Amino acid sequence: MIHFFEILNKKYIVDVNSGIVHEVDDLVYDIIKEDAYKKRENLDIIYDKYDNDLVDECIGELKNLENNNLLYTEDKIITPKIKPTLKSMCLNIAHDCNLLCEYCFASKGDFGGNKELMSFETGKKALDYLVKTSHGRKNLEVDFFGGEPLMNFQVVKDLVEYSRKIEKEHNKNFRFTITTNGMLLDEKNMDYINENFQNVVLSLDGRKEINDKMRIDKAKKGTYDKIVPKFKNLVEKRKDKDYFIRGTFTRENLDFTEDVKNIKNLGFDIISMEPVVTDEKNKFSINKDHVETVKKEYENLCKYYIDKNNKGEGFNFFHFEIDLESGPCIYKKISGCGAGNEYIAVTPSGDIYPCHQFVGDEDFIIGNVQTGITEKEIPNAMYKSNITTKEKCKDCWAKYFCGGGCHANAYNFNNSFMEPYEVGCELEKKRIECAIRIKSEK
Amino acid sequence: MKHTKQLNNKNIMSNIANKGCGECQTSCQSACKTSCTVGNQKCENN
Repeated sequence: MIHFFEILNKKYIVDVNSGIVHEVDDLVYDIIKEDAYKKRENLDIIYDKYDNDLVDECIGELKNLENNNLLYTEDKIITPKIKPTLKSMCLNIAHDCNLLCEYCFASKGDFGGNKELMSFETGKKALDYLVKTSHGRKNLEVDFFGGEPLMNFQVVKDLVEYSRKIEKEHNKNFRFTITTNGMLLDEKNMDYINENFQNVVLSLDGRKEINDKMRIDKAKKGTYDKIVPKFKNLVEKRKDKDYFIRGTFTRENLDFTEDVKNIKNLGFDIISMEPVVTDEKNKFSINKDHVETVKKEYENLCKYYIDKNNKGEGFNFFHFEIDLESGPCIYKKISGCGAGNEYIAVTPSGDIYPCHQFVGDEDFIIGNVQTGITEKEIPNAMYKSNITTKEKCKDCWAKYFCGGGCHANAYNFNNSFMEPYEVGCELEKKRIECAIRIKSEK
Repeated sequence: MKHTKQLNNKNIMSNIANKGCGECQTSCQSACKTSCTVGNQKCENN
């Protein structure tokens, strides 16, 4: 299987089964586009348009690539080999929030339930369960999430301390992330986070007027002016450690490149900007009607990324950082997001869900921290729904870059893990094309 | 090659004989939390 596309005045062919990408000239692109390499009867159209010697030269070049397993490589039947082992946990440390973000998928922090903070005892049991079940895995990831995790920061610190104790006993390596809106950041907790957390995800939507329309406090006031100085301070103190400024875009800011520019101009160099996740009928949702506009906007962002990079002012955009040479192995590529198997979410009351996006939907409780995972049906269904089994993924050129998409999106929009969320697919494919365009520039 | 430029050399099937160590980051634990991309994850063995 191959995929050909053009973007920002350059043309490419992706050999899907090898992952090899070729930048090609107009003539080769036309040959492929007209299917004139595989169907020589179609070559007449090409011969009519181009110098015949050049056409023959291109055909020879394509033949050479094919003979060297760089083009039209055969499909291989691959079966997942990574044993589904728990290694990663989203700890919903606070089902409460000090903001009232308009688009919040967590129902303003409480996930549609009671406002609740996780106790140390519950968190401890969750971490014990993670350590106990992560057979054969050394690296364990814990993301302190919410709601707003800084509303329960003493428990966060106590759990980090507890983890450091048990990781030595069990030969594990905990890696911590915290996702925060920044409102409660102060010098003390910034220093603690920078010392103990491998990554920190800082929520900011970009331009002040965009951020302040969505990310509002309980007095319904915008938060940009309060959080930006704190984020700047934290990142400056953090030096070379990882962080992300993570924004959300909605149909209200389909020109989100301007928001990425704003974040970049504030001095931040590691940025993620994600489409809002919400019900299709929600007034902020991104739906089929917006897909073409968003795709065009990703091209604008790609152009900005390249321009900045060429000026020596480059930055990292999460979805554009695809590594074509030393990325994840083929088994990671086919195993996808790992929800319900290598990854779970735990609520303040100790309920276990397959991932943070299902929290609040009681049909998706698969256990609790006392018993562990007891409902295997949902995790098994998720494990079996991968790019080797989902019909739409099997024939998709982007499958080895994407990994099959988000299980929660698939279920929420199509009521099945086996049916990927089409809008998500379209946007993902565009982001990958942008990433390839960027690679050919470097 | 005059008409094509190969952007990468690594065939993604080259490590098919291995079974995958499973140590790399879970994709949703990074920055997105709302979508899945595995191509931008890092291999722990590189």
